Amino acid sequence: MARIVVENAVKRFGDFMAVNDVSLTVDDQEFVVLLGPSGCGKTTLLRAIAGLGIVDSGRILIGSRDVTYLPPRDRAISMVFQSYAIFPHMKVFDNIAFGLKMQKAPKSLIKERVQRAAELLHIENLLERYPGQMSGGQRQRVAVARAIAVEAQVLLMDEPLSNLDALLRLEMRAELKSLLATLNATTIYVTHDQIEAMSMGDRIAVMNSGRILQYDHPTRVYDQPLEQFVGGFIGNPPMNFLQARVVENGAAAQIGDFRLSVPPEMVVPLRSYDGAEVLLGIRAENMEALSQPASDALQVSVKVVEPLGSQNLLTIPVGTELIKVATHPDFESAPGQDLWIRFPARKIRWMDRKTGRAISPSVEAMQAALAS
Amino acid sequence: MATLSTRPRLAELPPEQRRAIWGRRIRRGTVYALATLIALWILAPIWLVATMAFSTPGDVRSYPKQFAPVPFSTETMEFFIEAEGIVDSTLNSIAVAIITMVLATVIATPAGYAISRYLFVGRDAVRLGILSVRAFPIVILAVPLAIIFIDLGMYDSIYSLALLHTALVLPTSVLVIASVFATVSYELEEAAKVFGCTPAEAFFRVVLPLALPGIAASGIFAFVTSWNEVFAAVLLTLTNRTLPAQILFSLDKSGDPFKFAGAFFMLVPSMIFIFFIRRYLFNMWGQVSK
Repeated sequence: MARIVVENAVKRFGDFMAVNDVSLTVDDQEFVVLLGPSGCGKTTLLRAIAGLGIVDSGRILIGSRDVTYLPPRDRAISMVFQSYAIFPHMKVFDNIAFGLKMQKAPKSLIKERVQRAAELLHIENLLERYPGQMSGGQRQRVAVARAIAVEAQVLLMDEPLSNLDALLRLEMRAELKSLLATLNATTIYVTHDQIEAMSMGDRIAVMNSGRILQYDHPTRVYDQPLEQFVGGFIGNPPMNFLQARVVENGAAAQIGDFRLSVPPEMVVPLRSYDGAEVLLGIRAENMEALSQPASDALQVSVKVVEPLGSQNLLTIPVGTELIKVATHPDFESAPGQDLWIRFPARKIRWMDRKTGRAISPSVEAMQAALAS
Repeated sequence: MATLSTRPRLAELPPEQRRAIWGRRIRRGTVYALATLIALWILAPIWLVATMAFSTPGDVRSYPKQFAPVPFSTETMEFFIEAEGIVDSTLNSIAVAIITMVLATVIATPAGYAISRYLFVGRDAVRLGILSVRAFPIVILAVPLAIIFIDLGMYDSIYSLALLHTALVLPTSVLVIASVFATVSYELEEAAKVFGCTPAEAFFRVVLPLALPGIAASGIFAFVTSWNEVFAAVLLTLTNRTLPAQILFSLDKSGDPFKFAGAFFMLVPSMIFIFFIRRYLFNMWGQVSK
């Protein structure tokens, strides 16, 4: 059992708060992704869990053991580094065997484990080579093989795919995911690539400015961001945010001349914003573009059309902002053309304009809606 | 790039293009001419010394000097090596140089590692202190040291000379070795620690093997510096002369063949060693190697 618990971790570099009172629980054998822009503290947090940087305050538990101040070698962890950190003066075999040799494992076991790790990563034929003669993709495989050969219960990965070119990254992503699923290790994976996070993680912890903003399953993080930052960071294109004025005592929202009715569960929470502006967050693929006028649709004019093959991406000015709307590739549109956009009420995330936080729906109204 | 096959096309190019090509050729030509000149400036004396060292003593004394060792002869070199005190002082020189090399490497390796890896209190002061030793002329070091060595009964000993030579080379050794450690990625050390090493094990199993060629280069540098050093050697020894001190001592009493042979004999180790460590010297000066 290797549950990882981080309690109120704080790490400062001078005046800079790299990790600001972070608490995180990773369940046994779970795959958690720490996602965020560079400088958000994700790598610092991972290094604190690895023991490569000690937290200023807070606790870190692996299994049920407090490892806060233990050196890395006493934490029973394994790690893949961003630069791979393969030992250039050792053959691939000795690189993969390094952790086992340090544990003074018997020779036969070392041989067997190295062989198996190499087979899993398809590098059996490279075992007698030196890293200097290998490509980036091959080194990456050696780094992963070295990490899994020790069969630690905790596997930490620091942007392992970021140094690969795009095509190789796509290939390794799926391979790594299927490989890690067979390992039964608790995995923490750091990345700034939201697609990697979405596609691999059981749960994603979205970080910014040293804090975890949201920690949830990928689809929940994608569909129901808790903060404007999360919606804007995850998704390509990012979530659109429109300014809307709450009117009719919370029952409707006004965008320019267009009036949008608010779903029942949001009426009560939005009542306190009556007459004020809120943010209306909606993803590009959740809006419906119509070529004919409709009473429940906002009239707009197309600025840019980007055919992306699987969809057409439209850039449309609304008020002072530009929003992105994804349409079916067969939907015909041209710059300057008038369109009508429909906003499905259930796909909208309502956000407080000042705090950037999502306004939560009223639970009673949701239950009532479900019951009826 | 201007090969024969492109030449006919040059005439067809517009004047602007032609000027650019000619400008580049002239610039490149100038650089090569200057480089050749500087290389000749350094190499010509060495060539002359080598030529003289392998000519007959008669040819050495004659004018004008010849430009190649024809007829080739080892007579001059033999005469030098058989001269009084040369073998003994050569052995002394080797002993001093080896002690200097070992001491300097053993002291400079941990020092260089600390400077390149750790942010400790007073790191900049230590760096500056190391460099400032370089600022003292050897005279200032050697004369008081001679007095101290006399007081301690350590005068005229190759060991005290080796101590002074160690002090002389340490600043450079520390900085060279620090720059070598800086090229060994810190992530490698962290990886070693994650996979079960103590900090000491990580150093000996991962960092040291990777830094070894550079450390060896710094050791060779210490050897050559000690081998060539003459001032302190003359001042600190009387009967136990090192080779440069011995040659200097007998210089005004001997003829041209002795001088040329001596010069060549002194030159050879340096030439060989510089050849091996040149990559690390470039590194130290912040140039891109390879």
